[in-house]
Parts: sequence; structure tokens; C-alpha cells
Amino acid sequence: MDSTFEGGFANPVFDAQTSFRAIMDALANPGTSRQLAETVLAQGPLSAELASTLLTLSDTDTHIWLSDSLRTAPVEAFIAFHTGAPLTRDPSRATFALAANVDELPRFEQFNLGTQEYPDRSTTIVLAVPSLTGGADLLLRGPGINDHIHCSPTGLPEDFLTQWSDNRELFPRGIDLLLVSQGHVMGLPRSTRISEGH
Amino acid sequence: MNAVAQYNFAYLDEQTKRMIRRAILKAIAIPGYQVPFSSREMPMPYGWGTGGVQVTASIIGPDDVLKVIDQGADDTTNAVSIRAFFAKVAQVETTTHTADATIIQTRHRIPEKPLGQGQILVYQVPIPEPLRFLEPRETETRKMHALEEYGLMHVKLYEDIARHGRIATTYAYPVKVEGRYVMDPSPTPKFDNPKMHMSAALQLFGAGREHRIYAVPPYTEVVSLDFEDHPFTIQHFEEPCALCGAEQVYLDEVILDDRGGHMYVCSDTDNCEERRSAGHVGTLGMQEAAE
Repeated sequence: MDSTFEGGFANPVFDAQTSFRAIMDALANPGTSRQLAETVLAQGPLSAELASTLLTLSDTDTHIWLSDSLRTAPVEAFIAFHTGAPLTRDPSRATFALAANVDELPRFEQFNLGTQEYPDRSTTIVLAVPSLTGGADLLLRGPGINDHIHCSPTGLPEDFLTQWSDNRELFPRGIDLLLVSQGHVMGLPRSTRISEGH
Repeated sequence: MNAVAQYNFAYLDEQTKRMIRRAILKAIAIPGYQVPFSSREMPMPYGWGTGGVQVTASIIGPDDVLKVIDQGADDTTNAVSIRAFFAKVAQVETTTHTADATIIQTRHRIPEKPLGQGQILVYQVPIPEPLRFLEPRETETRKMHALEEYGLMHVKLYEDIARHGRIATTYAYPVKVEGRYVMDPSPTPKFDNPKMHMSAALQLFGAGREHRIYAVPPYTEVVSLDFEDHPFTIQHFEEPCALCGAEQVYLDEVILDDRGGHMYVCSDTDNCEERRSAGHVGTLGMQEAAE
């Protein structure tokens, strides 16, 4: 079996819709997690969640940035075959940035932050984390949140709160962050204000 | 296998859906900002809700329950044909009951019954740019949004006061979203503006002809523009609905004869029907029952 051709959505139309609604609901309700479509398989270093997000949102119109450990021939072949999306090594050109872990993730400001006129042109970062719970407690406020909500994903950058508040400062510019783990996605749009939970 | 060519689920092709889905995600991340998208030809004319239809087609799944309203009514031409469209191309269940719907596509009203978490309200928008009638150039309005330069809008509202003694705008009344973007709530009556504020539902806006998508996430601040000495107020109706007796709802005037006879009835037909079946009766409703 050639894994390049296998491992896409079993049911492309409905699986993409399922994953999209999960991502949309996650972004519209920051700090909560939603289940992605389950039929995608991991492609070596490209986790099933990263693959599912990629297949849902990217095509020939989106530039994809891959973190170091994802830049393997099989992953690149998988992306080329299933999405046709062009790859870029320049984070500031990325529509979507896929990172296998936090150590391979550049600082947020190195990605496309959009412009004041077109803030929608910024990068959406998709970061694979070990778990969406069990980490340091974060307190979230902002659109999509009924007053406040707590969440505790693991595997975030050490200076995440500083990087995030710098990113929030740029509003309406800035990156949006999707955290994926164990079949689920959590959304942190640029509009969210995050502080320590305790 | 059916020999006749089939449309893709929900009519749009997958690449179009992805493009619209990406626009929706950015719209949610930047509440009130109008995201440009590559609007498609739909099998209905512009002005019939092509923007809303494209948004609905991109988010809808087989498990969704769809309600479509036109000026609050489930049974007008626009609502009936869009509901039939999705029943055909997406084989989804449709409903007229607000509480049963997961997606509600609307032309110019927000249902009276408060929306709940998990519900999605999709607005059909004719002119998404609130500043368009004040400044026709897109390059200029884009810069005004970028610089948060909304003085012109306040001047417009002030001129209303100078001319009429009050803010005369009654529909498409401009709002500020999360303290940043001034947004057109689509031509809903200003009566509905307060319902957008901190709504539990996700609100998506699609403007097909003008190629724009924008959004208000749940629990987001939506404030109608006003002045300290001329605070925003909604329409008030002197009499209750003639059929169900409802107060504090938006009413339509219906002309009854050529001698000035008229009645006021709920614009939200589902809300009115539910109230009547629960035993509420208005002035004309009673007469009807007595005849």
C-alpha cells in the first residue's frame, strides 16, 4: 500500500464538512475543543489531526508552511497528491502553518500578520500539542466566550502569554491558532485575551 | 447509480466550499470585519439571498435542521424557495420552528425567540458596507475601517438629528462590534439590534453580489451607535399583535380595506403560531374564532 494515496478522507465531502464545523465551532467558542472527522490516518510525522485540518481547508490557493520534522518526502507527496497546495519555506507567506511540535514553531510575529486593510490575509497556525488538557491553567476572555473560560493545553511556547498578548496588541492584525491533539481541535482566534488562570 | 448528473452535496463544489470556509474562519477571528470572497453564480438572482445561500451551503451537513425566514415569515416566496433548494440539494431536514433549527437563514429579521448555543444565524446581506452610502469608493472605506475612522457615520446620524430632531435610521442601523469595526447588521429593523448583542448563537453574514462575508461570534459585544443626549431606542408599537396578542415583538401593518382599516400582526410567523396554539388570542383572532 502506498501511503501517499491512502489516508485521505474516506468520505471527502462529508468528512471535510464534519472537520470544518469542528474547526469553525472551536474558533467561535475559544478554549473549547471539538472532534475532527476520524477517518484520516497519520502520515508518518504528519499527525491525523494535522492531516484532517489540512485536507479540510487547503487547496491550490493556499500556501502551506511545514515545520522541520514535517518536511519529509512522504508528507510533501501526500500534500501534493491530496490538496495540490504549494509549499513555502517562508513563514511570512504561509496561509496555513503546520507545526508538529512547539520546538519547531517560530515566534508568532514571523508569520503573515495580515495588513491593517486586509487583516484576513494572516497565517492560521495549526500546532500539534500532546494534550488539550492538563497544562498550565489559562484564563480566556473575548468574543465567543460567555464572560470567561479556563483551558489548559500542554505543549505551548514557554513565553506563550507574552507572544499572545503581543499578537492581541496588533488586532485586527495577527495570527490565529488552532491546537490539535487526540482527534480534537481547540481554537484561539486573535481576538481572544489570555492571562494566567491563577 | 442514477444516470442523470448529480450536483455535489449542498450544490457548491468542494473547492468553492473550502474558499468560503476559509473566509468564514477569518470572519469569526475578526468580528465585524468584511472578508472578501469569490462569490459564485447561484441558481437564483442576486438579491434573492445568494450570499446567505453560499454561506449556508458551505457550513451545512446532513444532520443539520434548516429554517429559512424572509422578513420573519417562513411562508414567503424567498423563504420557501431557499428551503426547498436545500431540501433538494442537501437532503436536509427543514423546519419552521426556531427552537428546532440548527441553522436559520434569514432575510432581514432575527427570530423573537432567543437563540441558543450551537445555533447559527445566517443573514442575507445586500450592501455589507455601512459606509457605502457616505463614501462610494471601496479604497476609501477600506482605509476608514483600517484606521478606525468612523467620524463620517456619526456625522450622518447627527445630520438626522439636525433635520428630524431624532436619529431617523430605522433599519440597517449601524453597530460597533467588540469596540472595533462598524458593521451593517443587514436591513433588519433596528428593533432587532439588541438581540445581536451577546447572542448565544453564531451570526454569519453573506453578501453574494458584493462578495463579502462577515461574522459575529457568540457572546460578542454589538453596540448600536448613538449619542449621549440621543440614546439608541428601538421601535415601540401602540397595540399588541391582532392575532396572538403578543407585546414587545416586531409587528407588520396589514391593510384590511380601502377605508383605512388595518391591523398589526407578528412579523415572526412561527412565534405567532406557537403563541396561538398555546391559547393566546388577539383582538381580531377572537373575532375570527367567534365567526
